[in-house]
Amino acid sequence: MSPAPRALAVPLAVPVIVTGTAVLVAALALGGVAPAYIVSLYGKYLCYGILALAVDLVWGFGGILSLGHAAFFALGGYAMGMYLMRQIGPRGVYGDPLLPDFMVFLNWHALPWYWHGFSHFPFALVMVMLVPGLLALVFGYLAFRSRVSGVYLSIITQALTYALLLAFFRNDMGFGGNNGLTDFKDILGFNIESGRTRAALLVATGVVLSLQYVLARAVTRSRFGKVLIAVRDAESRTRFLGYRPESYKLVIWVLSAVMAGIGGALYVPQIGIINPGEFAPTNSIEAVIWVAVGGRGTLAGPILGAVLVNFAKTLLTGTLPEAWLYALGFLFVFVTLVMPKGLMGLVRMRRRDDVPGAAAAASAAKEATG
Amino acid sequence: MSAEPEGAIGAVADTLLYLDGVSVSFDGFRALNSLSLVLAPGEMRAVIGPNGAGKTTMMDVITGKTRPDTGRVVFRADTDLTKLDEPAIAQLGIGRKFQKPTVFEPHTVWDNLLLALAGDRRPGFTLRARETAEERARIESILRTIRLSDHRARRGGDLSHGQKQWLEIGMLLAQEPELLLVDEPVAGMTDAETEQTAELLREINRTRSVVVVEHDMAFVRALGVKVTVLHEGSVLSEGTIDHVSEDPRVIEVYLGR
Ligand SMILES: Nc1ncnc2c1ncn2[C@@H]1O[C@H](COP(=O)(O)OP(=O)(O)OP(=O)(O)O)[C@@H](O)[C@H]1O
Ligand SMILES: [Mg+2]
Repeated sequence: MSPAPRALAVPLAVPVIVTGTAVLVAALALGGVAPAYIVSLYGKYLCYGILALAVDLVWGFGGILSLGHAAFFALGGYAMGMYLMRQIGPRGVYGDPLLPDFMVFLNWHALPWYWHGFSHFPFALVMVMLVPGLLALVFGYLAFRSRVSGVYLSIITQALTYALLLAFFRNDMGFGGNNGLTDFKDILGFNIESGRTRAALLVATGVVLSLQYVLARAVTRSRFGKVLIAVRDAESRTRFLGYRPESYKLVIWVLSAVMAGIGGALYVPQIGIINPGEFAPTNSIEAVIWVAVGGRGTLAGPILGAVLVNFAKTLLTGTLPEAWLYALGFLFVFVTLVMPKGLMGLVRMRRRDDVPGAAAAASAAKEATG
Repeated sequence: MSAEPEGAIGAVADTLLYLDGVSVSFDGFRALNSLSLVLAPGEMRAVIGPNGAGKTTMMDVITGKTRPDTGRVVFRADTDLTKLDEPAIAQLGIGRKFQKPTVFEPHTVWDNLLLALAGDRRPGFTLRARETAEERARIESILRTIRLSDHRARRGGDLSHGQKQWLEIGMLLAQEPELLLVDEPVAGMTDAETEQTAELLREINRTRSVVVVEHDMAFVRALGVKVTVLHEGSVLSEGTIDHVSEDPRVIEVYLGR
């Protein structure tokens, strides 16, 4: 009956696996045992894991089906990309000490005001969280206050990411237009191409994902999390208890957007480019599929789903690129119809049966084995 | 309450709830038709009436779910409820049990009560809240009252229909409201459960005011309180159960069918 060890044992499993595999992959590549490219490949999967966790917080626990979460991910990515652009300094093709190549190409003579400050890493880090967070705050405030929910909310989240896609395509926005931001040289003074930097970025991603998991777990298990689940299942009932569902949705929505932004910021230095394609509506939809495959409303599931689905994507697009979208669509239909609780549902089924009254026994058993 | 400011709205002495000429229409159909009703503090009132009489709509108006086209709903002689939304009215001390029992299905009986307990409702508080000994004691006591002590660890969704009804009444109690609105609490209950529910409501009424809507006449009789009969959105008859059941108009529209 000591609650502390049980409370510690379970949340450690996911962080240990995530960080452990990241360290392992990094070590294997540095030691020359595994090919170098798997480092940034696995790093990409883990960044997608961050995005999936963020989507799950709003969808799995808050009942808000966001079809635009990749927008927050991409905004975090652009903020990091702007820092990386400023690190290039005079090493660009045009050798301009101040302006990134694409600005020189556009005949710009001064850095736009919103690029100032991005040469400082701490400033960029703040922006990585602030920009997605603020956008989510304004969007969420307006949407939840006027009680937009369900399909309508999903559609306007799609519209949001689509609008950003179009905006970032424009050259005069000052974010590199179609080509986006690329040709990065170094990060915090380390060569971004070097194996050791890549290994460090992968491990950092593993650590950040682990921390976000622990945070998400604490939030969803708190009384706040219980209210959030109540809002998801019986929103109007919570109102008659005196809760304001819109404020609960807003808190989880903003938190989730910030988490996604951090994921995007880790993604860009490992992939080496950020362009408007990251705002594509299909990216957000794919993220929802990862969550559904892994298990909506569980926290480990979406991470697992993101890694496995993207692993499958890597394999399939290598051999049969035109088949991928069909496979993904089939996967979504299959999971929705046959495994509504996703992969985690299969794992759980063996641990606990849903016979009424078994819950107490199951939690006692969990206490004994946990 | 002599400290009441001069000219406060309501101005009906010794009234907890005062519905004053409330009308509601849906697409031209009058669900409530200039309905007036006065509830004294500490009173329990039974509301009966045929299907579609407007009983649930009356509760919707009191709790802020539906805004009336005309009329006032005055609480404690100084608050016009028609100006407030659901959470504000709930926090003011009006709790509601729905016709169809709605508990939070994935949560345990214990957690359902925990979320209903009176207290700070803001995310900033619930993010950091820890269950206190006082809260535990409150929940234990409510569990005893609603006879679900042995079911505390079960999911709300796994309870029987009657148990869900009780859990919802327990959640109402946890809110510590001054006024409870209870919509058809014994629908679908066995005779034994119905009897226990009547007892439970009488117990609750010792400290709180209650409005209970119910079709089950045996149950209404067992409550032994003043009865209001609604018909087509307004009051048809009011008085003791014997008085209203002998009222020829009531017999015609409701009892006699
Ligand atoms: N949101 C709504 N939109 C349209 N009509 C409604 C709405 N709510 C209620 N009504 C109508 O108003 C009338 C009164 O409904 P209400 O639910 O208040 O009746 P009730 O007395 O609770 O009946 P019951 O005993 O069946 O629960 C009914 O004719 C119903 O169809
Ligand atoms: Mg009704």
